[in-house]
Amino acid sequence: MTILEKDIDKLCALARLGLDADERSAARTDLERMIAMADAIAAVDTSGVVPLAHPLDATARLRADEVTEAVDRDAFQALAPLTHDGLYLVPRVIE
Amino acid sequence: MSDFRTLVEVASALDAGTISSVELTRDVLSAIADAKSLNAFITVVDERALAQARVADDRRAKGLAAAVTGIPIAYKDIFCTRGVRTTCGSRMLANFVPPYDATVVERFDAAGAVMVGKTNMDEFAMGSSNETSYFGPVHNPHDPNRVPGGSSGGSAAAVAAGLVFAAMGTDTGGSIRQPAAFTGVSGLKPTYGRISRYGMVAFASSLDQGGPIARSVRDLEVLFGVAAGFDPRDSTSAELAVDPARHKPIDALRIGLPKEYFAALGDRRVAASLDTARRWFEEAGATVIDVSLPNTDVAIPTYYVVASAEASTNLSRYDGVRYGHRCEAPQDLEDLYLRSRSQGFGREVKRRILTGTYTLSIGYFDAYYLKAQRVRRLIRDEFVRTFADVDVLLTPTTPGVAFPIGAVSDPIEMYQQDVFTVGASLAGLPAMSIPCGWVDGLPVGMQLIGPHFGESLLFTAGDAFQRATDWHTRRPGRKP
Repeated sequence: MTILEKDIDKLCALARLGLDADERSAARTDLERMIAMADAIAAVDTSGVVPLAHPLDATARLRADEVTEAVDRDAFQALAPLTHDGLYLVPRVIE
Repeated sequence: MSDFRTLVEVASALDAGTISSVELTRDVLSAIADAKSLNAFITVVDERALAQARVADDRRAKGLAAAVTGIPIAYKDIFCTRGVRTTCGSRMLANFVPPYDATVVERFDAAGAVMVGKTNMDEFAMGSSNETSYFGPVHNPHDPNRVPGGSSGGSAAAVAAGLVFAAMGTDTGGSIRQPAAFTGVSGLKPTYGRISRYGMVAFASSLDQGGPIARSVRDLEVLFGVAAGFDPRDSTSAELAVDPARHKPIDALRIGLPKEYFAALGDRRVAASLDTARRWFEEAGATVIDVSLPNTDVAIPTYYVVASAEASTNLSRYDGVRYGHRCEAPQDLEDLYLRSRSQGFGREVKRRILTGTYTLSIGYFDAYYLKAQRVRRLIRDEFVRTFADVDVLLTPTTPGVAFPIGAVSDPIEMYQQDVFTVGASLAGLPAMSIPCGWVDGLPVGMQLIGPHFGESLLFTAGDAFQRATDWHTRRPGRKP
């Protein structure tokens, strides 16, 4: 599998990641080698095998539809880089 | 002064009144300060620890002490601690102070344990050498030029250096077991779901499992007793009650040696240590047989596909808006996301996010992610079938002993460190590493893997071995 510059561009856009020049030159080779390593699984016969998402095949546990935790907005927003009047601030999206 | 007593021993000293928790905590804090060059800790909380120690001494005086009351321990910096910075070894969370405690931390607090600090780790638990930490590498107490393993490298180094009596770590593909092996201590990755993931910063949610690192199997058993149990706040927490009993004596144990693991073990001296351990189990009356796990050779690619996919999803939450690193003067929302993430994450984390993004993207999802989940079932099923014939599996923990810092710069080569540990992770099985030998002045670890919820079988085998051998008592600077 050859990874092209445009593949890296697309992945970076999907993952919202930017790479510096050093990281970028390594990224193609690293990803090609990661994928080459991953390709080993293609040879395993998995016909009829159901994908395993949870090692004990457990399914999501349901709980009663009741409020169990109060949201302490002040405490949570104390962690935020930028807030104003109880709102998280981001650059303007709609002009 | 470093203190190499086991947790069980120091609990007896507290019970006997020969030392108080405050005195013990002062000694531990002073040892940590003297061992700064190991870089085992990211944050040390002196005042908070002494306050907890005073409360613990009062509790003991009232006759209300539990097994870990008053004992100084540390947490890998992946466990959220209310009011105490939790960095996950990343610039992204370098200033993150959680508003709540992880369930593990709550449980140890309720039992009266004393938290002395947060230990260094590979960034977001991605690494096998502790070299990917934003806060610098941890040094192996047995040889400061070597790595302590990872990702729970700070936890293992702190226990091995006599800085704390125990530390909690997490294990996604070997992150408790491999550093335990490299530093000559004992480490347990319990069954998936046995210890709550609530408040543990997520890496790969179908694999992540917290567990203890300590100086003996008896200590692991005590710590497991405190930490394990159902937690409604973790949606994958196991509802099965914890059974503390050991059900089989050592001479009734059937121990399997997976031939693929031993065939992949290149280091003859490590193999010789394992062989000595095998003979000990035979002489102790256990039945030792060869078994086969044919899909062992695809465990690493399966693991790295699953873990990277889950990591890319989990780490999408870091957006520079609600918490974590935010870039300066973003031009627009996209720029805010992109630059905050690019500055906040290190190289290995970016590598895994990109790999996960690739295997989850249109056109590749079936060939990689779904395929890996199918292979994962085959791997899980062959372990489960094997446990119909044996009680535990005995394997090497690592391909060799601790390597020099900087010696493994190729990421794919680094991933091979996990060759013997990822199988149990994919299958969700409990697995423990304990010291079983010594090569070039460095400890060798053996891994014991049990069936789902079979931690007590690991305690039986490991404790019997440690009662008869002294590998786990060897300390840095005291060569055999």
